[in-house]
Amino acid sequence: MSSVATTEPILTPAKSTPIRTRLQNALPQIVLAPSFAITLVFVYGFIAWTAYLSFTNSKTFPSYALTGTRAYERLWRWTFENDPPSSWYTSITNMGIFGVLYVGICLALGLFLAILMDQKIRGEGVLRPIFLYPLALSFIVTGVAWKWFLDPGLGLEQTLHHFGWTSFHFDWIKNKDYVIYTVVIAGVWQASGFVMAMFLAGLRGIDSEIMKAAQIDGATTGQLYRRIIIPLLRPVFLSAFIVLAHMAIKSYDLVVALTSGGPGGSAWLPSNFMYEYTFKRNEMAVGSASAIIMLMTISAIIVPYLYSELKEKAR
Amino acid sequence: MSAATLSASGNQNRWIGRVAIYGLLILFAILYLMPLFVMLVTSFKTMDEIQNGNMLSLPQAPTLDPWFKAWGETCVGLTCAGIKGYFWNSLKMVVPAVAISTILGALNGYVLTKWRFPGHTLVFGLMLFACFIPFQSVLLPMATILGSLGRFGMALQDQIGMTLGFGNPTVNLVIVHVIYGLGFTTLFFRNYYEAFPNELVRAAQVDGASFFQIFRRIMLPNSLPIIVVTVIYQFTNIWNDFLFASAYAGSGESMPMTVALNNVVNTSTGVVEYNVNMAAAMIAAMPTLLVYIVAGRYFVRGLMAGAVKG
Repeated sequence: MSSVATTEPILTPAKSTPIRTRLQNALPQIVLAPSFAITLVFVYGFIAWTAYLSFTNSKTFPSYALTGTRAYERLWRWTFENDPPSSWYTSITNMGIFGVLYVGICLALGLFLAILMDQKIRGEGVLRPIFLYPLALSFIVTGVAWKWFLDPGLGLEQTLHHFGWTSFHFDWIKNKDYVIYTVVIAGVWQASGFVMAMFLAGLRGIDSEIMKAAQIDGATTGQLYRRIIIPLLRPVFLSAFIVLAHMAIKSYDLVVALTSGGPGGSAWLPSNFMYEYTFKRNEMAVGSASAIIMLMTISAIIVPYLYSELKEKAR
Repeated sequence: MSAATLSASGNQNRWIGRVAIYGLLILFAILYLMPLFVMLVTSFKTMDEIQNGNMLSLPQAPTLDPWFKAWGETCVGLTCAGIKGYFWNSLKMVVPAVAISTILGALNGYVLTKWRFPGHTLVFGLMLFACFIPFQSVLLPMATILGSLGRFGMALQDQIGMTLGFGNPTVNLVIVHVIYGLGFTTLFFRNYYEAFPNELVRAAQVDGASFFQIFRRIMLPNSLPIIVVTVIYQFTNIWNDFLFASAYAGSGESMPMTVALNNVVNTSTGVVEYNVNMAAAMIAAMPTLLVYIVAGRYFVRGLMAGAVKG
């Protein structure tokens, strides 16, 4: 970050020698130091520690003798072990399905709702909180609600049977091939309102002159959105994508609460894999390796984004 | 075609469009409200009605029993004393964690905007990245450290007769949430103070105000909106946390609410009392839902600030 050095301090401390003054001049840094030190130790130090453990032979307890890349080699082997699927194979396949559908549907639904909300409608003040409240709830609560709702014996299925549609059958939550899609449903329900709020803020920020000019030129509403408005929303797409992608990779609670891991661990995501292998299956090295892989994946998305954002701000 | 008919058909089209827009919005609103609605009505029903009725119907004979039972009697693991204890655990954890992380965030934001030093962007960048890490990557070392803190507490217990909070799971969770919440609180205050006029700070400095005087007399009185945003955001996040809670206080007396709720729901002994489960879930959701109802505007603003980083 070359731009950092050129940023001048806003308040240049007066040059003076007495110790008390020098201390006073350093006060801002002294105040910030504990937080920064905590971050260095507990975030970066701990990441290094986890990375170290992933190169050891740690089982139930940490062992500090380096034994090479065995944990990664096992994960790599499991990556292709699909018959019967290894837990890791299931976890990363689920991550792919969940990640693509969750991010994709949230973006599409969020944009769609935002466009509807932007049509100068009445009652926006009532609708907005309805679309947004799921985000205030814990994934555990959400999981409990959806578990009930999707339970074939109690929820939707039984209700539709009551209404007379007796052939209706919906048991995805108990089916090992489909259980991950129920996680997508609950996840989308939770986060799409937030994406809507982001797009709505973006739509409100678009200069109305541009739209008027396009309308005078005879653009239809569809063309207006496709050609002008949606391209203008590109920054919002980027922010929303970043937020959703990192939420998807970090998802853990929802799988636990909604499916308890699914039949035979069929709903696991890498986050569940890490927790289970580290704390339940006494494979600490493998768990650590999977955590590092998760971190790398998130970093690949976040670091370029943060870097460009901060650089822009510093200019 | 005359101008009159043209505008009439245009009006009609507009009309259809409006109806479609409202129809879709209402349909989605119903879909979004459905799970909460089902949870709420189920928590007021008797078990009989749940087994023989329709989940969407209103309770025929509304009863508060499931709520009382969830609060005071239901079994969490092997202890059957309701979830009230765990509710207080969460509260005891959330209040100090939110207060400490907010104060530190405010100070950090103040330094990072008004007392800049070479390298401030790098410091901020490193703290910001901490918001995004999957906590799995720090979970295990933290468990090791908390384990040693626990042993230190026990040694203290032997020596001086008290642990001074070392090894107490609630204290542990406060520490963890302060540490991993710092990035967010710093981000919020930094972005807010960035827009705060430097001239005011400079003028106060010329008048001889010290670092802390400026913070207390000038920055803080003007920070109410961002304090509200930060407190709400932290409160929601910490109350709803499950990963840290289950890793560091996953069993016994000191479980936070989310872990206890998960245990209630997954307790498989005897008949599953869905109405009690739903009441317990409602109780767990109540604090964050209340905050959202009272201060939803600030809640959304916090999320947006968190979304548009940098």
